[in-house]
Amino acid sequence: MKVEWSTFWPRIIQATGETVTMVLFTLIFATVIGLAIGLLLFVTRKGNILENRFVFLTLNLLINIIRPIPFIIFLVALSPFTRLIMGTTIGTAAAVLPMTIAASFAVARVVENNLVSIDPGIIEAAQAMGASPVQIIFTVLIPEALGPLILGITFITVGLIDFSAMAGTVGGGGLGDLAMTYGYQRFDTSVMLVTVVILILLVQVAQFIGNFLSRLFLRR
Amino acid sequence: MITFQHVSKTFGSNENEVKAVQDVTLEVMKGDIFGVIGFSGAGKSTLLRLVNLLERPTTGEILVNEQSINTLSQKELRKLRSKIGMIFQSFNLFSSRTVYGNIAYPLKLAGWPKDKIDFRVKELLAFVGLEDKEKKFPEKLSGGQKQRVGIARALATSPDILICDEATSALDPETTEEILNLLKKINNDYKITIMLITHEMHVIKKICNRVAVMEDGRVIEEGQVFDVFTNPVQKTTQNFIRSVLNDKLSSQLYEKLKKEQRGRMFRIYFKEGVSNEPILSRTCKKYDIDFNIIYGNINELQERLFGSLIVEFIGAPAEVENVIADLEKIVVLKELVNNEG
Repeated sequence: MKVEWSTFWPRIIQATGETVTMVLFTLIFATVIGLAIGLLLFVTRKGNILENRFVFLTLNLLINIIRPIPFIIFLVALSPFTRLIMGTTIGTAAAVLPMTIAASFAVARVVENNLVSIDPGIIEAAQAMGASPVQIIFTVLIPEALGPLILGITFITVGLIDFSAMAGTVGGGGLGDLAMTYGYQRFDTSVMLVTVVILILLVQVAQFIGNFLSRLFLRR
Repeated sequence: MITFQHVSKTFGSNENEVKAVQDVTLEVMKGDIFGVIGFSGAGKSTLLRLVNLLERPTTGEILVNEQSINTLSQKELRKLRSKIGMIFQSFNLFSSRTVYGNIAYPLKLAGWPKDKIDFRVKELLAFVGLEDKEKKFPEKLSGGQKQRVGIARALATSPDILICDEATSALDPETTEEILNLLKKINNDYKITIMLITHEMHVIKKICNRVAVMEDGRVIEEGQVFDVFTNPVQKTTQNFIRSVLNDKLSSQLYEKLKKEQRGRMFRIYFKEGVSNEPILSRTCKKYDIDFNIIYGNINELQERLFGSLIVEFIGAPAEVENVIADLEKIVVLKELVNNEG
């Protein structure tokens, strides 16, 4: 049983659109949330500008609890919560919630790691000039780490495309859904092949944009 | 200008306790270029960071402009910091900002309007001689240029005080000279009080008027640079001074000279005033003996001369005695009996 390609292409295009939507929205939300958590994690570290042992340890523990859970299990485990918030667990929009939560913590770690590599002397110099902690965050930490930060977020974006395929299998739609339904359950290798090629292309585009942007901001 | 009153700073607690600064009492006067010298770990870096409260004192009081800074609120502290410029050994420039952006940064923090920032940055770029580099990023600059940007950035808000954390230690000798000259110019032209820390006595000798020597968190010797150089009391101070004024012969050379000795060898200490009088030749002529200068070291410090010569007097012993007696009325003489003098 082979698919009729002339009518199947629109489905592929629709599925690609769903994947891109899931990834893009997740990326936006996860970047904002992850940046906030990552910054908080960094500034509350020992000896840092807003040192706070309680906040640091709590966030650190939270990240270490969420991060090791395999995404597909996280997805299922979170479904009651997803239903509570989104009203459903099926569809592209519903998939964005668990993806955002999982990705936020990954982004937070990436942000923290990049901030740690900033020369503490630069932060000290800003302090010596009378910068407040909030000013240091927005005028020193973020600009100084921006180049590597973009690369880190690009890396996560590629991971998100992977997440979206998994979300697809539990009703999230998108290319993952298509590949699983046609390729895996109906043994249609050609559909699988097409979706794989599209996924590869998406990753290439994401990496290209990420590299381009980071080069724009990387000054080292 | 800056007063330390029995200031101590301790890091850590119990068995891991490190007493970085111990009971330091110092006063930096307005217009000083005050140098603090010590080996690494002596506590000088911590001492410097107490001035703008990058470190808080454990005990004791610090006054800046006659105002105690220990109890400042966060807001007052930020205001104080904008009046104290700081430069660093590793420059600490923002790599994400251009030269212009680095110098403009403290002005933006202070909320200056854009046109005033532009005027001030251009003025500072001209002062440090980097007009053509304003659009460059720090990574494209040499060490000396980076420190010039650091200096321009530190001066942007017209501070009364400039504190320098080993500002020349990462630079080659030639660039060090340039930066030291620039610091001297800042002190002279803008009447900015400078407090610097260094492990190089050369820096003290070149630009400071007052010096404090630190060891194990304590100030072990302090005074006018000229006085400390001409009359160092502590062993550490003497060693630091010897690093720039080598007035001691090597033991090999000393032994050689001893063997070839024809008369009596003396070390003659010159202080200012006498250095430009022909006392040696005049006195030796009077008693008709010869003198031979073996080794000499006369230095300029704070536009004053000082130093010593090792001189051998050759002639009739009685006449040599007369020469010594005459010279002792004017200068300090010490016969060289071993190589310690």
